[in-house]
Amino acid sequence: MTERRLPPVTEVAAASMVLVIVAVIYLASYLPRRAPLGVAVGLLVASAVLFGVNLMLLARVRDFAWWRFFQVGRWALLAYLVIAGMIEYAFVYDRTRGSVLVVMTLLLVMFAANVPVILAFTVARFQAPRPAAER
Amino acid sequence: MTAVAEETHGTQPRPAVPAFSIVPLRGLSFVALAIAGVIAAIASNELWALNFFHVVGGGLWTGIDLFVGFVVGPIIGRMSIPARIEFSTRFMPKMLLLIPTLVTMTLASGFQLARKSGYLDTSYPRHGWIVASFIVVGVMATIALTYLEPANLAVLFELKKPQPDGRVIDKLMKRFVYTAGITGAMQVATLVCMTRLAS
Repeated sequence: MTERRLPPVTEVAAASMVLVIVAVIYLASYLPRRAPLGVAVGLLVASAVLFGVNLMLLARVRDFAWWRFFQVGRWALLAYLVIAGMIEYAFVYDRTRGSVLVVMTLLLVMFAANVPVILAFTVARFQAPRPAAER
Repeated sequence: MTAVAEETHGTQPRPAVPAFSIVPLRGLSFVALAIAGVIAAIASNELWALNFFHVVGGGLWTGIDLFVGFVVGPIIGRMSIPARIEFSTRFMPKMLLLIPTLVTMTLASGFQLARKSGYLDTSYPRHGWIVASFIVVGVMATIALTYLEPANLAVLFELKKPQPDGRVIDKLMKRFVYTAGITGAMQVATLVCMTRLAS
């Protein structure tokens, strides 16, 4: 089997995404009133820290199918930017404004950044480090 | 249909893999149509349109999750490796487009519907059920985006290799089917929340 030991990128990205989801549920559960932003900002910062840790873990991986990682990651990012754009549109349409909109937007950015990392990493871990044409 | 010839690779015969496209391009037009419909429904705030996309998307999403997890999954598990591969090449590309589209349709229209109907308001008597449905969807989204969709995509890339590894396909398909089963079971919780809201 071509799978080998790699850092827990999927698990860290999942934890980052869980924090985003909890923050969104927290904010949404207060609607139409404005939720106290402290908890949501804390969750957002924690999520961003985990995302940064994940990028560092990824940067240290050697002999990895980066060509496939970036190929899948690019397209997945495009798809999830469309989805995040739709959700952002709904927020703006529903007159979410000010600091709540900023926090919601940053949470969406974290969501749209984490999913492509998970997809690209899961695909690339089973691929050869170099494309067949170069081998 | 072109197929990779069955050859002996080491001690394992190389499975025949029918030609397929990871992302079925023809299906993208249906995805675009569905997404455009949801955007139009949200922009118009038309109650019927929001209800339509939420009920159709949610019904199909729930039904497909339950069907894949509890009917198709066990059947795939008992298939021979070549049959499993042939089934996967036809089934998985469709799932790659279908499920994210249905999820987007259901959640986007559902949120707008809840907002328009006042269900999101904390003063709504069944607001707790709305928050419960957020939590169930949050858990399902985490499982689906972390394990189900990546397994779906990774299987397709493995099948595209000149020499696909049967063990990798088997492992990823098991992950796909088990997580579909888990999200299917969680859909029952969604059904409880939704029927509590509607009753």
